[in-house]
Amino acid sequence: MLACEICVIGGGPAGLTAALHAASLGASAVIIDRNDYLGGQLIKQTHRFFGSKEQKASERGISISRELSLAVEKEKNIKVLTAATALGYYKDGVVTVEKDERFLKIKPQKIIVATGGAEKTLPFPNNDLPGVYGAGAVQTLVNVYGVKPGRRVLMVGAGNIGVIVSYQLLQAGMEVAGIVEAAPRIGAYWVHAAKVVRAGVPIYTRHTIKGAWGKKEVEGATIVELDEQWKPIPGTEKDFAVDVICLSVGLNPLTEILWQAGCAMKYVPELSGYVPLRNEYLETSVPGIYVAGDAGGIEEASAAMMEGALAGLNAARALGYSAPDFNSRRANILRELESLRSGPVGEKIRKGLEKVTLTERREMRSGLSNLSLLTSNF
Amino acid sequence: MRITEHPILDFARGKKIKFTYNGQELEGFEGETIAAALHANGVRTMRESIHLHRPRGLFCNIGNCSSCLMIVNGKPNVRVCVEKLQEGMIVMTQKGKGELKC
Repeated sequence: MLACEICVIGGGPAGLTAALHAASLGASAVIIDRNDYLGGQLIKQTHRFFGSKEQKASERGISISRELSLAVEKEKNIKVLTAATALGYYKDGVVTVEKDERFLKIKPQKIIVATGGAEKTLPFPNNDLPGVYGAGAVQTLVNVYGVKPGRRVLMVGAGNIGVIVSYQLLQAGMEVAGIVEAAPRIGAYWVHAAKVVRAGVPIYTRHTIKGAWGKKEVEGATIVELDEQWKPIPGTEKDFAVDVICLSVGLNPLTEILWQAGCAMKYVPELSGYVPLRNEYLETSVPGIYVAGDAGGIEEASAAMMEGALAGLNAARALGYSAPDFNSRRANILRELESLRSGPVGEKIRKGLEKVTLTERREMRSGLSNLSLLTSNF
Repeated sequence: MRITEHPILDFARGKKIKFTYNGQELEGFEGETIAAALHANGVRTMRESIHLHRPRGLFCNIGNCSSCLMIVNGKPNVRVCVEKLQEGMIVMTQKGKGELKC
């Protein structure tokens, strides 16, 4: 059994930042990640980030990932277990882990769950054919391995991921036949959308995919226009000969370990699924278990890093670690988060967080009893 | 299909290695996943679905969705999207749930 102060589950932007901030106060941390590398999904993000210096603005995701991983490797208070999958959390506080086909036990004093999210799929005929991918899956193939899964792509979803990945597929030399978006307008930042439109890619708003076709693999797709009630309008179908269909229809928080630990969970559409209740310190209803990043609600990598920083500082503080500038550091992070979530872009997130962020432990307890049906002990 | 030129990325590929896919000899690079090597060779079908026997390929590519399970060196249910390619690997399409062998 490995005893440690803080166990961080997930080595993406939130987890790495959490471990670094905890370690900066003197706490020791163990990062567990099921991949054989650190950085999570940053490793495929070749676009430049927005935001402030603190949020690593104008850097590409791939270089942020390298930078964070290097800092973690240099930090003697952090131990890294890659190719290690957290399997479960037990009532005596033990986290079980599979690594190299061996079963490990870790007994941390605090846990930060930073497991991230996974891409959703969409129901339509033949959505299981090879050639239908999550947009992030194709991004990994193209940007990490330099392999194209086909020649011509239909992208479903004009949010940031759909539009950014479309542009990156063009950079990789693939053809993008079009981007389909069910909403009446493009969800992505205009600076990204303008790039693909300039490159000649049509964006079909108020359209959805009606079906894919092909015998053994995708050979094409049919899209259809939607009316104001989001119902398909007969006769408006368009066919595309494509060998790749990318789905960029959002992500779900990966919360299995939080469910299993018995954290009070709530379904919040604005945060893209079931997420744990948490207090302002990002601690869940199970004392000592914190959440950071997409696992607590789908947002984006800049916010995930800031939440990781916050959870790392708070978990270390709860263990008795501090620094003379602790309060100002935490206040800075809170300000960064507030600015990321400000304005109309952050409206959805603010609304979602309002539903799950409880300010008093007492309130969390009553929330817990109201949600007792949702807490699990399976 | 491999990308040879890219405006912002250089692909540092490892040593060229050989593996087999359903008995056919193919080439890939050390350091890449089995799924990436198969895609580079134009192979996008990984298994057959359990009940309706429909072809299934890669979906999430991060080890989460289990769409890409294959039989690798005789072992079923290997997530080829996260399993790294090794010299001489025997990779087979998986049909059904796979069997545990003693």
